[in-house]
Amino acid sequence: MVEDFIHKKVGSIKFGIMGPQFIKKMAHAKVVTPELYDKEGYPVDGGLMDVRMGVIDPGLKCKTDGLKLKETPGYFGYIELARPIIHIKFVELVLDLLRLTCKDCGRILIPETKIKEIKDELDQISKYGSDAERRNYLKEVVAGLKTIVKCPHCSTKQLKVKIEKPTTFLEDEKRISPIEIRNRLEKISDSDLEVIGIDPVMARPEWTVLTVLPIPPVTMRPSITLESGERSEDDLTHKLGDIVRINQRLFENINAGAPEIIVEDLWDLLQYHVTTFFDNEVSQLPPARHRSGQPLKTLTARIKSKEGRIRHNLAGKRTNFSARTVISPDPKLEINEVGVPRVFAMKLTVPERVTEWNMEYLRGFIERGVDEYPGANYVVRPDGRRKRITDETREQLLEELEPGLTVERHIMDGDVVLFNRQPSLHKMSMMCHRVRVLDGHTLRLNPAVCAPYNADFDGDEMNLHVPQTEEARAEAEILMQVQTQLISPRYGLSIIGCNQDAISGNYLLSQKDFKVSREEAVDILMAIGETEFSRLPNKKEVTGKEIFSVLLPTDLSFSAPNKNYKVAPEDPESTVVIKKGELTQGVLDKNNLGDGSGLLLRQVHKLYGPEKTVVFLGKIYRLGIEILYRLGFTTSISDTDLTVEGEKQVKKLVDDAEKKVQQYIKDYEDGKLEVLPGYSAKETVELRILEALNKARNDAGEVVTDTQIHSNTTDMIKSGARGNIINMAQMSAVVGQQDLRGGRVNKGYQGRTLSCFEQGDMGSKAHGFIKHGFKDGLEPSEAFFMAMTGRDSLMDTALRTPKSGYLYRRLANAMQDLKIEYDFTVRDASKKIVQFAYGEDGVAVAKSEGGSINVKKIIAETINA
Amino acid sequence: MEKLIQEYAEKLPEKIISDIIENMPAGTAAAKQKKIFEAVYNEYRSSLAEPGESVGILSAESIGEPSTQMTLNTFHLAGVSEVNVTTGLPRIIEVLDGRKTMAATNMEIHLKSPYSEGKDVTVVASQLRETPFESFVNELDINITNASITAKVDVKKIEDAGSDVKKVIKLLEKGVKGYKFSEEKGIITIKAAKEDNINDLYKVKEAIKDIYVCGIKGLKQVIPVKRDDKYVILTSGSNLKDVLKLEFVDETQTVTNDIFEIEKHFGVEAARQMVINEINKVLDNQGIPIDVRHILLVADAMTSSGSVLGINRYGIVKEKPSVLARASFETPIKHLVSAALTGEVDTLNSVIENVMMNQPVPVGTGLPNLVTKGIMNPDHHHIAKEDKKAKAK
Repeated sequence: MVEDFIHKKVGSIKFGIMGPQFIKKMAHAKVVTPELYDKEGYPVDGGLMDVRMGVIDPGLKCKTDGLKLKETPGYFGYIELARPIIHIKFVELVLDLLRLTCKDCGRILIPETKIKEIKDELDQISKYGSDAERRNYLKEVVAGLKTIVKCPHCSTKQLKVKIEKPTTFLEDEKRISPIEIRNRLEKISDSDLEVIGIDPVMARPEWTVLTVLPIPPVTMRPSITLESGERSEDDLTHKLGDIVRINQRLFENINAGAPEIIVEDLWDLLQYHVTTFFDNEVSQLPPARHRSGQPLKTLTARIKSKEGRIRHNLAGKRTNFSARTVISPDPKLEINEVGVPRVFAMKLTVPERVTEWNMEYLRGFIERGVDEYPGANYVVRPDGRRKRITDETREQLLEELEPGLTVERHIMDGDVVLFNRQPSLHKMSMMCHRVRVLDGHTLRLNPAVCAPYNADFDGDEMNLHVPQTEEARAEAEILMQVQTQLISPRYGLSIIGCNQDAISGNYLLSQKDFKVSREEAVDILMAIGETEFSRLPNKKEVTGKEIFSVLLPTDLSFSAPNKNYKVAPEDPESTVVIKKGELTQGVLDKNNLGDGSGLLLRQVHKLYGPEKTVVFLGKIYRLGIEILYRLGFTTSISDTDLTVEGEKQVKKLVDDAEKKVQQYIKDYEDGKLEVLPGYSAKETVELRILEALNKARNDAGEVVTDTQIHSNTTDMIKSGARGNIINMAQMSAVVGQQDLRGGRVNKGYQGRTLSCFEQGDMGSKAHGFIKHGFKDGLEPSEAFFMAMTGRDSLMDTALRTPKSGYLYRRLANAMQDLKIEYDFTVRDASKKIVQFAYGEDGVAVAKSEGGSINVKKIIAETINA
Repeated sequence: MEKLIQEYAEKLPEKIISDIIENMPAGTAAAKQKKIFEAVYNEYRSSLAEPGESVGILSAESIGEPSTQMTLNTFHLAGVSEVNVTTGLPRIIEVLDGRKTMAATNMEIHLKSPYSEGKDVTVVASQLRETPFESFVNELDINITNASITAKVDVKKIEDAGSDVKKVIKLLEKGVKGYKFSEEKGIITIKAAKEDNINDLYKVKEAIKDIYVCGIKGLKQVIPVKRDDKYVILTSGSNLKDVLKLEFVDETQTVTNDIFEIEKHFGVEAARQMVINEINKVLDNQGIPIDVRHILLVADAMTSSGSVLGINRYGIVKEKPSVLARASFETPIKHLVSAALTGEVDTLNSVIENVMMNQPVPVGTGLPNLVTKGIMNPDHHHIAKEDKKAKAK
């Protein structure tokens, strides 16, 4: 079936200035009175709210097209200005033209021969150069002209033209009236204008001096009716009212033959009003204000800035069929699923076209209707009319149902939706998920996809969008689904992997001594959605590795070091070995399962593709968590206990460091300290102290590692699930030196940081060394130093966010047009070549391995094959 | 092997070929070799970026997203308070902005042997430092009775620094015009050429203190540092032209972080490389992994016009052909007004204009077009006719 729409595309937009004839031609009403409404509240004919310019009241009809409110686009009107008025936005141009052209003959002040030269050059540029080059050349031409004093065509001496901002032009201290200006501009010939880059067809210069002012349609300046029934007009209407009023007065005064001075004053006032109508933020003029004192928002303010038309309404779009609420985790979901609350599913719909073959199926949805899930909300006819399904309409709609209609049915499991979290900093901030309709009131996602969204569950909210056309769904599925986004285009490694509990769980599972009964193993596999147990060895007790192996592809062979390899390379458990789909050796941890390098995941992705990887990842993720469910996993304060021996060692370390510091200070004071090259003595001592104290903290960390008692916390650290040894050391041993702006804490009072220290005290304690651990508790001064660095980092974040945001906006704006063309060159919007091959070799980062092609691996594989 | 290399030289990038040569085990059979080349070529083909990929946005995202994690602080180089080094986000902003003046310029001066091994490094370094007259003066007085300034200079120190008193006086004369200088036994007397009042003399006294007499102009601080067995001199301030003239300087390695200076002396390709190096330096420093391709693209976008353009409304954005694209960035009114004057046509070739028009954008899946014969509905026939008429006109 062929749709009877004609799809039209905007091909190009030409810019220009509206001349008086044009304005009158496009206008549908001439405005002659500042009044808005008559006594009945009906818009006055010839007033600013004239119904020929569109309607904003229900019940009225536009006289131009006969359409009602919200249907009529609105039409322009115009007013005839009593005297010409200079358009504030073209003042610069007018000034340039007055200076560049002869006041007598209107020719441009360039000799005939040179005009030709310039024109030729311009032709060359427009043929081969860019618009920007053309603009620059024109600027040069104009700049080189300003010193000529005698017209080369008629030899008239030129007087110096000055501008008194904003809109007064002076020639030899005498004012040039806008009438005179307009006359001069009219005299400039079309061919001369081309020399200075003005298109005489689109922009005759005299049009910049207004004789007729277009009145924007009523629909773009609607009035608001307040609760009291009073009408509050739009700022533009206010401003236009002023203009019309003064214009009428000026007319009357001129006709009555009033003295020149009165006419001049009114003329200036009219100029002021028209100027502020266009731009209420002209620096030399006081802004026009409301009676309350707040400045009016006129045309310029409507267009510019973030809240203006361009960035807010044109570049920013809004959607229907979207939802937003708090998110929460659910590892039982697949990685590429999203849990949608039923109440959402009953509001969000997918249009489904009725055909002979699905009619019965869709009939069921209509029968269930709005209140029953899965139902449908609307039936749409081919002409675009929508009918809501209610108890009254249902019967009729069912009867009328025929191929060609569209049923908007509730979203169901497996439907394609887009899921997004702000700030949407990269393309993985908006991915395509499959719907899973669930009980509850939050949107649910697998915690493995937290990383790309940068989400956590402390109250984060996320958005959901339902694509409404087949094209949109196809694109979403093929280009945006989670499995297609596994490899980050930023650095070519995976950004989705196991995290936190999933790593801890698999770490514990793959320990050498992990054994469960076969029954329990089957139970575990069932719980994570694996129903194929035949690969589980048929014996009474199975090991964790055997359970894990069930999930592996049968032909996978793989070997890689884990986190422990660096510490104990000789330990066989430090190398993960998989032989023909069987995990034979090694403890799984972040190096193999996590995001980033995630070696095992990367291998699976490479060999089996994204689809399988996502399924595999989902399973091992759930497996990790299931193991923790069964084992129980918690962290306690006693995990941070040190052994007696450890405590002794830490104490000694700290004491030694402090002694060393004292020694440095003493040396410094005696002038015995050996000064480092390029540093002063003071800087040297600071550096030495810092070095000694940081060493103490690092050594303490080692002591903690060496003496710690095995606990869940250490398991988390070892597996890379969460936390590191420094966190641990800070809790149980020493917090260490607080770093403020690249050094020890040196701010505060004169000669000291806090009033509890003596002036000139250079000791460790007085400059932010915290010798206690968090578990022991901090001294008041120590807590204060912590708070100082804490505050400093908060400030840093607060100042950084807008800066990096602006940088990002600029980058995105500058680079958005660069794309790879069919000839594999990178070009910008004007087809100018930026790179001959993308990244010099044409390789896409997301398709590579960490940004390059792993030649070594290919060679090894080919040779072994 | 040779034959294979030649065969694939056109098909594969140099880097990959050299990788293959490097990793090919000795004694691999010719057939295997061919297979390897074939496999690598296939892998390369399947890793190519597809036409229509909007690599610009990808790069912008890749740099913009992690920029929220960078630090703001500027650091002192190795703890020395005079040598400021801008790092982190501020440095990235500075480089991408294409700023002509930078917060902190630094040079890394590499030395030729034997200086690079540590011979006389401190002496060499001190010769580089811009030294004002003040540091050679032991006493500086005003003699009120005969309205003159007397400066007792340390002649030996001047000579150590590779200059002599006469040269110094010449430089001083250049610095303060209208004064006579005379020297006698290490005492420089300064007198006004014409009648002068004492107040002016005070000003002159202060002025001559800061006049630079030797070293290299602009190098405010120099520090010799040992780096991988070699001594390099780090400086605060930059003067590439004069430094490269010195014979003990290894001109093949010496760099400044001032991109415009590089552009001036070595051209735009060098400046492009500098942009890449500087951004990479910050990213390495912050431990943020970003593929080079993104940085290459940004650097290429900044320099492809032939000079270094900033990523701002005065640089790249200004050069855009589309009115609406420029207007949507900053200062929209200005762009609209100038477009109106010149009767510019926006052909809607790039992304943002089409977003504004609610039309498909010409990247990715929006790129391909399909030419078909449409079936015209007879009801709409009059529209087509009108179109034709309009075109004929």
